[in-house]
Amino acid sequence: MIDTRPRRHPAWIAFLIHRLSGLALALFLPLHFWALGQAIQGEAALDGFLRWADNGVLKFAETVLVVLLAAHLAGGLRVLALEFLGWRAQQKTMVAASAGVALAAGLLFLLNLGA
Amino acid sequence: MNGVHLWAVQRITAMFLALAVVVHLVTILVAVRGGLSGAEIIARTSGSLAWFGFYAAFALAAGLHGAIGLRAIGAEWLGWRGRGVDALWLGIGLATAAFGIRAAWGLFSA
Repeated sequence: MIDTRPRRHPAWIAFLIHRLSGLALALFLPLHFWALGQAIQGEAALDGFLRWADNGVLKFAETVLVVLLAAHLAGGLRVLALEFLGWRAQQKTMVAASAGVALAAGLLFLLNLGA
Repeated sequence: MNGVHLWAVQRITAMFLALAVVVHLVTILVAVRGGLSGAEIIARTSGSLAWFGFYAAFALAAGLHGAIGLRAIGAEWLGWRGRGVDALWLGIGLATAAFGIRAAWGLFSA
């Protein structure tokens, strides 16, 4: 029987979320640059893209991306704190704080979308 | 580049990206209030060397950071290893960065 206990540890879940969020962000990046690159053709082209993206499905996708970005940021700061500051004692606290930062960023994004 | 160099580049870009992503997230939260518009984005970025420099550095760091991360995932999960694969990831990272710098130039010169 395979021992799955290490994979239930918060630090392993944090590693997986960091990796999957990084993968999603890396795949999204060329698309993001393509969209912003519409500005090369002028304001009208950029506005055309923004109007196309102004719907519920893409707003949901944008919210997920904001959460992923904040999760990758907070998870990355956790890794840097581990490697450069040796903060090994508060692993679970740092994982929880990372999750909190990611969810807070998503909520703030949604609140500002509706503002 | 060996593993130590890649680790160093990944951590140096991570430190810069940590600051850049905070700036980016705050900018996003402010920009989406009242709806996004091309005019609003271009009014902020057009002719601004500070924003162009920020976004160009951001794109370069993100392109390299992403490519090194994808290289690790490819090696560990898919077994993609070797100099040829490394050269491909470097090409993808630099091409992504160049694409981002092109977009930043578009926002600067619009």
